[in-house]
Amino acid sequence: MNRKLLLIALMLVSAPAVFAQKYMTRTARISFNATAPKSPENIEAINNEVANIVDAKSGDIVFQVPVKSFKFQRALMQEHFNENYMESDKFPRSEFKGKISNMSDVNFAKDGTYNATATGRLTIHGVTKEVNVPGTVTVKGSSAKLKAKFVVKLSDYNVSVPSVVADKVGKEATIMLDSDLAQK
Amino acid sequence: MTKFLLPLLFTGITTMAHAQADSLMDMLNEGSKPAKEYTTSTFKATRIITGSSVENLAMGVLDFRIQHRFGRISEGTENFFGIDNATTRIGLDYGITNWLMVGIGHNTLRKVNDGFLKARLLRQQKNGMPITASYYAGMGIVGEKAPAIPAGTEYFFSNRMSYVHQLLVARKFSDRLSLQLMPTLVHSNLVDSSKYSNNTFAVGAGGRIKVSKRIAITAEYYHRLTNEDMPTNGVKTFNSLSVGIDIETGGHVFQMMFTNSAGMTEKAFITQTTDSWSKGELHFGFNISRVFTVVKPREFKGESKSW
Repeated sequence: MNRKLLLIALMLVSAPAVFAQKYMTRTARISFNATAPKSPENIEAINNEVANIVDAKSGDIVFQVPVKSFKFQRALMQEHFNENYMESDKFPRSEFKGKISNMSDVNFAKDGTYNATATGRLTIHGVTKEVNVPGTVTVKGSSAKLKAKFVVKLSDYNVSVPSVVADKVGKEATIMLDSDLAQK
Repeated sequence: MTKFLLPLLFTGITTMAHAQADSLMDMLNEGSKPAKEYTTSTFKATRIITGSSVENLAMGVLDFRIQHRFGRISEGTENFFGIDNATTRIGLDYGITNWLMVGIGHNTLRKVNDGFLKARLLRQQKNGMPITASYYAGMGIVGEKAPAIPAGTEYFFSNRMSYVHQLLVARKFSDRLSLQLMPTLVHSNLVDSSKYSNNTFAVGAGGRIKVSKRIAITAEYYHRLTNEDMPTNGVKTFNSLSVGIDIETGGHVFQMMFTNSAGMTEKAFITQTTDSWSKGELHFGFNISRVFTVVKPREFKGESKSW
């Protein structure tokens, strides 16, 4: 009897993890634009090495962003980004851990585009903040596509911009996400 | 037993929701191969002060460099503490690939034209290769008029040439401290071969300590192992020692230094430094570099030119 109960308990705990439908990719794209309003040059970068996993049942969603994989148009910008702004030796990864908060509106079993909002904890430059990110989920067969665009304030994440470059680097960065996930 | 298990079950379910995101994170960690994490920015610039560092220009980057070494500060008010007498090198460097760069330059000192290539051989990694190593090869051609020579002898074009080979071995010990060693061979085609070899062997040591995110203190010393007493134009020579400061602004790095070497090619500062720190014969100088992105990284291909 005791053993049976234990088994049921074990199954209850482990079942969602084992049978849940998961979507995953390691080549999601995150780009950002932190150009100041009148800047003569664009401060933007692209990262194609973002890992992303979504649990279609629970709505849990996780992103892992290797900071050094952001590519800039100018090598010097990239160097300064890693050395001075993001300190990527100290903080090699940015992360998002959260949930799609309106899972009732998103049906992973049916093709279509759904508006979704992810709520969770975003960690950049070693600083973690609660965020709400609106975006879309597009389901097509066994693949899903996430798209989102949101703005972060650099000062929220202790990223300081020295006054010499304040005319080029803005106070905020617009972050664009594009993730093509496949069922796992 | 049931009484004992039930609460366990409940706590299990409630913590599960929180644990879920973490377990997803674990899934991402598991599958990924440990990516090689290369050490970047061992130095701020491609030169520690006058000699080369292990830093290379990125592919498609053109670097326009102006280097100045003023006259001796000890010249005093008469020559405005050396400012009136400057030697200059104007140069263009280019990154052919991320591991290979080339450069050319012209020096006002003896009108030397120089060219070099620098290839990275090893790259420091976070958990692996402990050092970055590069091979540097350069040559210089003296451009000034042939010197007066005894009748019956000839001043060949090859007499104007010199070569340098260096192995640059560096390690970034921490965010702040980087050190570099440079075993060096300078080959001068024209020497007083009755007393000296064409080859001068030297070993250099350099480093930097970052004092803030954008400012670093640098030092560089070259010690000759052979030909140490070889004069230049009959004047006694000394080993080259420079201390400097790197200041980084948005678009470029300013390097300012005090040095006993007025020359900026390896042959000039390693074998022809005629001033001495102990006599206070110092020169103030600076390097300015401005980089231009000529070929964009492939992520940005297809966008309009931005420079």
